[in-house]
Amino acid sequence: MSARTLIDMPRRVRRGEAFEIRAMIGHPMETGYRRGADGDRLPRDILTEFGCVFDGEPVFSAKLYPAISANPFLSFSMTADRSGELVFRWRGDRGFSHTERVNLVVE
Amino acid sequence: MIAVLLVGLCAVDVVAQSDKPRRSGFEFMSAATQALQRDDEQNPVMLWVKDGARRWNDVSAGFACAGCHGEAQQSMRGVAARYPAWDEQLGAPVNLQRRINLCRERHQQQPPLGSEDDAMLALESFVALQSRGVPIAPPAADPRLAAALDRGSQMYSSRIGQLALSCAQCHDQLAGGRLGGSAIPEGHPTAYPIYRLQWQSAGSLARRLRGCFRGVRAEQLAPMSSEMIALELFLAVRAAGMPHEGPGVRP
Repeated sequence: MSARTLIDMPRRVRRGEAFEIRAMIGHPMETGYRRGADGDRLPRDILTEFGCVFDGEPVFSAKLYPAISANPFLSFSMTADRSGELVFRWRGDRGFSHTERVNLVVE
Repeated sequence: MIAVLLVGLCAVDVVAQSDKPRRSGFEFMSAATQALQRDDEQNPVMLWVKDGARRWNDVSAGFACAGCHGEAQQSMRGVAARYPAWDEQLGAPVNLQRRINLCRERHQQQPPLGSEDDAMLALESFVALQSRGVPIAPPAADPRLAAALDRGSQMYSSRIGQLALSCAQCHDQLAGGRLGGSAIPEGHPTAYPIYRLQWQSAGSLARRLRGCFRGVRAEQLAPMSSEMIALELFLAVRAAGMPHEGPGVRP
């Protein structure tokens, strides 16, 4: 399953200067507490983890729970002193896993 | 309380509001929700738009949308603002969703999509994005649309459902007031398809209208049915001249 994501961040930054990264992913975040039209409980289907790693070094990570809205939006800041690759990974129920990669150039 | 409300509603019947400046639903939203719509990097509807851009160029069905229409940025500029419009072959007015389905059936040999299918909302929101800022201009002068427009106008001002309320009673006479904790907007379809926070999803104008039908406990109209399109046509004509907000956000 391919997920829809939006990652908003500068692709080129100045060395040591803080910048913001905003990552959103399309996901229903079904809580597991709701019932469908047939009265049966809808099985839980949420994202449970998000992580952002810069050249193997963790930048930001979060655990996600049923109370988080659909299409979760996460925003965080970082600084970089060298160019490298940012890897964004979302994991969730039913074996969900999605990875996005963005190259960052430090000037 | 309910008795007072109903008496109040009966006392003020359909009043023309043409001299009042019209306000988009955007102006009734909280500052935070407005900020969400203004910033495409935060607006969740852009997830659908991005998917729609991919589908626009998808050749897996043989023909991509782009195969006929080319660059959507040019060919689709202002298109969403001109619907509902007359379809010659069908001999009936169609909304943008129906137009997308007709294109799929006639030129791509693809099955039609449902009104709330992610694929439909993706294509519709991608096309709507190209009309941002364009004044809404349905072809109201087209004489073939007169019957549907008249029907839509009647539907708008007819009392329906167990609560016996018409669209006009809330959205003309009580617009700007509150129903429970929510603002009552003027009901101009300026930003569809929308990402509605309450739905946690993108959705069509038909879905929003069905919410109102349910609210007054009336019979539901099917999306893309002739009645639904007649009502959508009337609403578009009522909002003519207001800028299209592309896919927007609503609470």
